[in-house]
Amino acid sequence: MSYNWDWGVLFQEPYFEWIVTGFGWTITVSLAAWVLAFSIGSAIGIMRTTDSRLLRAIGTGYVETFRNIPLLVQMFLWYFIFPELLPEAAGLWVKRGMPMPEFTTAAVCLGLYTASRVAEQVRAGIQSIGLGQRHAGLAMGLTPGQVYRYVLLPVSYRIIIPPLTSEFLTIFKNSSLALTIGVLELTAQARQIEEYTFQGFEAFTTATVLYICVTFIVMAIMRVVEARVLIPGMISLGAK
Amino acid sequence: MLGDFDYQVVADSVPFLLQGMQVTLLLTVVAILGGILLGTLLALARLAPFAPLSFAAGSYVNFFRSMPLILVIFWFYFLVPIIVGRPVGGFYSVLIAFVLFEAAYYCEIIRAGIQSVRQGQVHAGQALGLTYRQNMRYIVLPQAFRNMVPILLTQAIILFQDTSLVYVVGVKDFLVSADLVANRENRIIEMFSTVAIVYFVICLSGSLFIKRLQGKFAT
Repeated sequence: MSYNWDWGVLFQEPYFEWIVTGFGWTITVSLAAWVLAFSIGSAIGIMRTTDSRLLRAIGTGYVETFRNIPLLVQMFLWYFIFPELLPEAAGLWVKRGMPMPEFTTAAVCLGLYTASRVAEQVRAGIQSIGLGQRHAGLAMGLTPGQVYRYVLLPVSYRIIIPPLTSEFLTIFKNSSLALTIGVLELTAQARQIEEYTFQGFEAFTTATVLYICVTFIVMAIMRVVEARVLIPGMISLGAK
Repeated sequence: MLGDFDYQVVADSVPFLLQGMQVTLLLTVVAILGGILLGTLLALARLAPFAPLSFAAGSYVNFFRSMPLILVIFWFYFLVPIIVGRPVGGFYSVLIAFVLFEAAYYCEIIRAGIQSVRQGQVHAGQALGLTYRQNMRYIVLPQAFRNMVPILLTQAIILFQDTSLVYVVGVKDFLVSADLVANRENRIIEMFSTVAIVYFVICLSGSLFIKRLQGKFAT
């Protein structure tokens, strides 16, 4: 086993810059996808707990579809197939016209995929509260919308903070799939540095350390958040 | 524009796609077996009363769980030939990557399963004079694995989907085979929609099967 160590290569131009921009894209893709995943996932999760059979069926269909196709295949479907199915002008716009087509496609794809996982957590959170509170709210004369707004959601979102944290970390890790459609995020840049300089150890170690650091920071922040929003007297149901 | 579609290409390439599917399945099965075996050892280490051992196992798990799978695949694609000292081909590299990566996830599942076995069972075993090994082998693990079956299978479906990531190093699995045909014949829509449907049907039947199984196991 022979290997020439050269950590200095990471601080040469342009490799240092590659790492920095790659890290920036990883964070940007993750955050953009998370906004989408959280809002759509919440809506789908709530739909699956309503009384309406139609809404429940739509929610179940969404979750089963997005969960049973590999994320990488979904990435290709959005990037290669989706523009072809649109009318020609719209398809062209998606391919070239819209700002940063690769980034946008990756963020949307990752967001919609993770929404199906967030939806399952939201549904589990709402169902863990039990029917009693829902009935109590309705008996007090609240509308179903108000029951969700004031009774069910404030509690269930607190319960599901730990699983939502791991969903966010999953998005963060899955953002590396954006490289398959040409977004030069952290993993892609590490790979590119390896190919240019043959210093794979240094490049991959840097990427690994950055991923681990972000994971630890996010977990530390969310632990504080969880403690801050804890309802006094209620044991944290989601805690391991 | 639907008239432009030509699914004959898909029909013609079925034997080629089946070869790819064999690679996908082989990867999945070996990664499941290797992952469960290594994962069980890790879980036992994590629960061991010897602190350095459980710390080491815990670090292993946290390390792999905070890394993207693609990065792990790149790591081993790069590392394995250096360690072995000669080119070994992508397949063996990704196989090792998958086993080591999945072991971290299986470890957590198995640990939870072992902890779900009631303490009374362990104590009863000890009272009968069983050694630690006998207790694990005959009392705890058989019950733990029974509780874990649905989650282990769910993880197997996730793993089956994740094997598509070997695309990044060009191992000829199902997706890469389809990709090759798609680009050669210029039939991207037909091939990728077929790939999506095949994955969807397999994974959905798998998860429906698990749901039925859960109904049976639930007490």
